[in-house]
Amino acid sequence: MTTIKILGTGCPTCQRLLDDVMNLVATNQWDANVEYVTDIPAILAYGVMSTPALVVNEKVVAVGHPGPAKVAYLIQQAITA
Amino acid sequence: MTENSIPAPQENALTRRKDARAWGVVAGAALIWLLLYNLIHPLANWLAYGMFAQPEGSHLGESLAFFFYDVPKIILLLGGMIFLITVLRSFFTTEQTRAWLGGKREGVGNALAALLGVVTPFCSCSAVPLFIGFVESGIPLGVTFSFLTATPVVNEVALVMLFGLFGWKVAGLYLLSGLMIAVIAGIIIGRLHLERYVEDFVWQIKVGQAALEAVKPTWSERFQSAWESTEEIVGKVWLYVVVGIAIGAGIHGYVPEDAMAHILGKNTWWSVPAGVLLGVPLYSNAAGVIPVVHALMEKGAALGTVLAFMMSVVGLSLPEMVILRRVLKPQLIGIFIAILTVAIIFTGYLFNLVLL
Repeated sequence: MTTIKILGTGCPTCQRLLDDVMNLVATNQWDANVEYVTDIPAILAYGVMSTPALVVNEKVVAVGHPGPAKVAYLIQQAITA
Repeated sequence: MTENSIPAPQENALTRRKDARAWGVVAGAALIWLLLYNLIHPLANWLAYGMFAQPEGSHLGESLAFFFYDVPKIILLLGGMIFLITVLRSFFTTEQTRAWLGGKREGVGNALAALLGVVTPFCSCSAVPLFIGFVESGIPLGVTFSFLTATPVVNEVALVMLFGLFGWKVAGLYLLSGLMIAVIAGIIIGRLHLERYVEDFVWQIKVGQAALEAVKPTWSERFQSAWESTEEIVGKVWLYVVVGIAIGAGIHGYVPEDAMAHILGKNTWWSVPAGVLLGVPLYSNAAGVIPVVHALMEKGAALGTVLAFMMSVVGLSLPEMVILRRVLKPQLIGIFIAILTVAIIFTGYLFNLVLL
């Protein structure tokens, strides 16, 4: 089971990343749990200052929204690692 | 989709091919852009005087020509320049900026923070984590404020539109005075030692080590995300641009010369503070406001008044203050607004005094 977290403050890009990740998980049928983290101290605990950020298995893999293809690749890589 | 169908962006040969193709697409787009940009003027005249058959020099003809010229010009400029600005910004990250600002003295730190505030990609919704991240890593409060001030004051849409409608001198003045205001506001806040007005929980938050090893985006990724932001920004403002230019075109064709000299001219002392006050509720409508202001200036409004108004539209933004309220006590928000307001009014008077 993979845990995917989207760190976000509710901005439009954060929402878009969340939607894209949800879609990717559904279409690829990954065994993953997607969580949307909006708590500021929790976000900062990951050392992230700009949102959104993508966390897979407690590791920050992207800050900002690098586009669906890159997101798919990053999650894929973290799952197989 | 199978697992294998997801491409690996780091693969070298593939990346090079993709980058080459991306450069090709961008170069092609640039050519088309140039071609279109040069077609606007003849096309606008043809539409206004030919297709709508208005005689040259008539009120309606002038207004129409103005409208058909300015709308495509500004939309093209916005698209092209915001794309370039976003590509430039992809070379900066907030984490990198924080590292650069660490350990800088007051003054130098404020100037650097203001400059980085302009180029670092940053949306106001990230203001809270960014503020905490900066302050926690020991960056002085005043330097942090210089960064937070420069970002909205020097707004890219406003900058591009000023460039398109007023020319590079006014755009440059706007950029410079925005930077100055950010530096001065930051230095004053630093000198006042207002750390006690930062919400207490901020000092307790433990900021984690940045876990992300820097992955350099490829050119095709930079271009792609720049294109996405350009689409997003232009999609958000184009309607304001059209409406603003329509109003501006009406003023251009119908309002007599110098009609505004009495109200918004440089000899009217209260026009600068009035412009600043008027700008506050117009937040985020810079795109619609600038064409109107441009038309007003043709009719005798003073440049300083116009610049002060512009900065107030983008800089004194209530939504941003609401976001910052989560980390700042009301006293500090109040002081920040007061300093910004005074600085903007002062800039307005200064330009009215110096220019023309």
